[in-house]
Amino acid sequence: MSAKVIREGEFAVVHLEGEIDLSCASAVRKTILDQISLGQHTCVNLAQVSYIDSSGIASLVEGFQAAKKKGLQFFLIAVSEPVMSVLALARLDKVFSIHATPPPRH
Amino acid sequence: MLLELRFAADPDKLCDMRRCVRAAMAGLGCGTQWVAEVVLAVNEACANVMQHAYLGDASGEIVLQMKQVGGDLEVRVTDFAPPVVVPNIRPRRLAELRPGGLGTHFIRTVMERCEYGNLPEGAGNFLQMSKPISTLREW
Repeated sequence: MSAKVIREGEFAVVHLEGEIDLSCASAVRKTILDQISLGQHTCVNLAQVSYIDSSGIASLVEGFQAAKKKGLQFFLIAVSEPVMSVLALARLDKVFSIHATPPPRH
Repeated sequence: MLLELRFAADPDKLCDMRRCVRAAMAGLGCGTQWVAEVVLAVNEACANVMQHAYLGDASGEIVLQMKQVGGDLEVRVTDFAPPVVVPNIRPRRLAELRPGGLGTHFIRTVMERCEYGNLPEGAGNFLQMSKPISTLREW
């Protein structure tokens, strides 16, 4: 799994790649929460994630909740099919704001 | 027996375990989506053992067995941790939006039958789950 953060306008875009499971979910969680603690609106790009389990989903839920608490925006973008299937199993596909691309720059 | 794996209760072993499960399922000729969901259920079962039975002690051992019994795919995950309280293993309510607690929901949603139990004389725990292979082939 790899994670990198790119600034796009007022958003921090967290690009995740590979398989997200218990072995790396804490690193994913930290990467996302670090951006939110900096006061950044945050997008998580999941296009290159080929597998995610409940620990990875929990990291996304934590990000969503932390952003909401701080009045920040939190989006999932370019969600891959394997990730979307797991979000649907958890019935979270209607909870997250899911977009095809990052919001336009301002 | 389609697959028998013994591996350390180390999260770094999950990726290899999933690869082995996918390969074993490929031999059954099942559809992609169903394979993905069964792999998820097996992953969650093993991750739960690591977190809740061995409490993060990666020196513990997990035994994963997969076999075809009649028309069913049967999966058994065994650990040798102190006995867990079986009635405490239950999925959380999905209406509660909070991190964690989804693994058991995934297992129960994906697999048709699942049974948790303790090994004799407090030697460990098991989860046995199954799903009809004929159903698996439909996807």
